[in-house]
Amino acid sequence: MKFGILVNEGPYQHQASDSAYHFTKAALEKGHEIFRVFFYHDGVNNGTRLTVPPQDDRNVINRWSELAKQYNLDLVVCIAAAQRRGILDENEAKRQGKDAYNLADGFRISGLGQLIEAGIQSDRLIVFGD
Amino acid sequence: MEESGAIKKFMYLNRKAPYGTIYALESLEVVLIGAAFDQEVSLAFVDDGVYQLKKDQKTTVNSGIGMKDFSKTYRALEDYDIDKLYVEKRSMEARGLREEDFIVPVQIIDSAQLSALMAQQDVILSF
Repeated sequence: MKFGILVNEGPYQHQASDSAYHFTKAALEKGHEIFRVFFYHDGVNNGTRLTVPPQDDRNVINRWSELAKQYNLDLVVCIAAAQRRGILDENEAKRQGKDAYNLADGFRISGLGQLIEAGIQSDRLIVFGD
Repeated sequence: MEESGAIKKFMYLNRKAPYGTIYALESLEVVLIGAAFDQEVSLAFVDDGVYQLKKDQKTTVNSGIGMKDFSKTYRALEDYDIDKLYVEKRSMEARGLREEDFIVPVQIIDSAQLSALMAQQDVILSF
């Protein structure tokens, strides 16, 4: 089956990102296809490479990056939600005149149309949120 | 069915109050962007989500909490051919609201009707 995944909550604050990760990983291991993982609301905070969790805890961001690398996953951070919350890639930082960018490996920034497209193209769109 | 030309039924399920958290505002942003995709769209309002459609919201600096009142945007939905707006009856009544309190025309439905509508959807985006 082809799944789209929507993550609406940030890392550590909320279980949603963990649940989405475990679901996505399990689906891939079972041979299902993940069309896209879309990060919205505070979910965009899953895409900052500046996160530094305690060493004895899971690294939610790196875990997504590694899964993306292993399975060639499409991890998309909503641009409007990201800009509000200070998540920028190199191009966007330059465009907005900011002195730094923080988008993590394996993520890309794009528009809400990518979420709608995931709804259209996937057999099931699964929402992980509050 | 998954061809790019296929039309799917999208329901936006709005559960949260319009202010206090950003869910309602960002949900509306998805609805507006999604309108360009020519899908079959409906919006449902349940729990505190029914407050999103309340008339006479006063939120600006002078009269309230210093935030933009985005409730007028719901009026623009009909320009996007989005006219299926459902309000769940018990949620409305529990909050002392009536049909005439809403900023746009809505259909009042009970939870069994909403449940039946949800079962017909291809995609439910819950905010």
